Amino acid sequence: MSVEILKQGAEGRLYLGEFKGEPCLIKERFVKKYRHPDLDTQITRQRIKAEAKAANRCQAAGILAPRILHTDLNTHKLYMEYFGSAKTAKQFIQETVTESAEPEAVKQQLQILCTRVGGIIGKMHANNIIHGDLTTSNILINPTAEDYDVIFIDFGLSHYSQATEDKGVDLYVLERALLSTHSEQPYLFDLMLAAYRKECGKDEDAVLAKFEEVRARGRKRTMIG
Amino acid sequence: MVCALGIEGSANKIGIGIIRDGEVLANVRRTYITPPGEGFLPKETAKHHREEILGLVQASLKEAQLKPADLDVICYTKGPGMAPPLLVGAIVARTLSLLWEKPLLGVNHCVGHIEMGRHITGAQNPIVLYVSGGNTQVIAYSNQRYRIFGETIDIAVGNCLDRFARIIKLSNDPSPGYNIEQLAKKGNTYVKLPYVVKGMDVSFSGILSHIEDLADPSRRRNKRKKPQDEVDPEYSKEDLCYSLQETIFAMLVEITERAMAHCGSNEVLIVGGVGCNERLQEMMRIMCEERGGKLFATDERYCIDNGLMIAHAGAEMFRAGTRMPFEESFVTQRYRTDEVLVSWRTD
Repeated sequence: MSVEILKQGAEGRLYLGEFKGEPCLIKERFVKKYRHPDLDTQITRQRIKAEAKAANRCQAAGILAPRILHTDLNTHKLYMEYFGSAKTAKQFIQETVTESAEPEAVKQQLQILCTRVGGIIGKMHANNIIHGDLTTSNILINPTAEDYDVIFIDFGLSHYSQATEDKGVDLYVLERALLSTHSEQPYLFDLMLAAYRKECGKDEDAVLAKFEEVRARGRKRTMIG
Repeated sequence: MVCALGIEGSANKIGIGIIRDGEVLANVRRTYITPPGEGFLPKETAKHHREEILGLVQASLKEAQLKPADLDVICYTKGPGMAPPLLVGAIVARTLSLLWEKPLLGVNHCVGHIEMGRHITGAQNPIVLYVSGGNTQVIAYSNQRYRIFGETIDIAVGNCLDRFARIIKLSNDPSPGYNIEQLAKKGNTYVKLPYVVKGMDVSFSGILSHIEDLADPSRRRNKRKKPQDEVDPEYSKEDLCYSLQETIFAMLVEITERAMAHCGSNEVLIVGGVGCNERLQEMMRIMCEERGGKLFATDERYCIDNGLMIAHAGAEMFRAGTRMPFEESFVTQRYRTDEVLVSWRTD
């Protein structure tokens, strides 16, 4: 089996390889020597399982995520579908901003993206899938013949929960990631939230109330240096 | 050439530092130490600062061998922090500014930590992990601001350590965190604790409740047990300190690594009081080596709150042309890191 190192992400190394003749992406969560061995084993197993489970749940809910081809808990490897021509939403947003001179055109393009992203997150939450690490680095834009697909990746921190608290925190993590990474486009989150509300199911008001509560905890925290 | 005097008093330390063109001339500090099992309260802390501050101003000038006329600017911590101790620093700074006829500058405490860390270590554009009694933030610079990529969604890491030290009645001298670190070196059994990471954010309050129950089972709300039933803790203090450090530092290293991957950066700088913990530095160094990065850290002189960092950040601002009208020389308890326009960096 040929193996080619692609990059080192936040949690593991990514290789290009193949599984049963099909080219695929291999994500290896190597042993982190800084962690206590017990803690490391526990976290690694938990995250590999979470990632595999979430991919199946997304499939069932009609949400695009990489197909998991094979899980190997002994070598800490996950074999999954590879999108060779995709770029991250972070790159996509930054390129859209630098390439287009018309501020209105930029906003229009980003509005389309945000509506789609927000809608998918709403659908995820309606199916009780909590992503756990919503950033623009974890959303892929995969070009198709005329348009593009929005694909969510990195479900290692994900879990299954109906709790409004978990959904609220998920939204809070997203908001903070957008504000820090795309500070010049402060409108992104509001656009996503509007689309989210249409898709997130019957708990809409409860989740939004919880989200405000999580935000308020953050504000209280800024008091002490 | 900028010669700056800085006054820091946002928490239980009161410190004065003098810096001239990056050269450290003086760095003096006193810490308000409370008895074991007690934290520091705003009123008493302010009283301590009032009693110490004038002596420290004189000591710093003597150490630097300077006269007030040699100074170019007086800097003080504007926030965030506890209001009464902050006010002590601000009032003395205002008085000195009028008395010596020198301009006055208010400095953000967090930005002070970051700039001091960069200056001492020579790190150019690192991901900053700022960990102290009141703050837990993962910060990266972009476009004239220090932006917060990850932070705690409830209490700060230092707060979690301090409160645990209070439960097991550890001494606050020199600091609760230092005493936890020493006890942890003797622990060897890893007790499983909750591990809470949400993207680039972390949460410590659940871990604290959990470990408090382990340390003192009589706290457990169990109606069937009468309060006089003394229950012996299952684990030793040493093992609990060890497990607490291993768990929460692993969380901090993980979110720092995630921010590095997200921002495409290869340098890490640790600042803040918890940053002088050698175990945290060791874990962060291993993580950096695993991905070909580099760690920058400082010792307790610069990690723990000090006046020098306020002087240095103030001097950088002053050099870049930032001025503050006297009417704006107030203090504020809420002052986020990303509110400051970083006028002195052009990258």
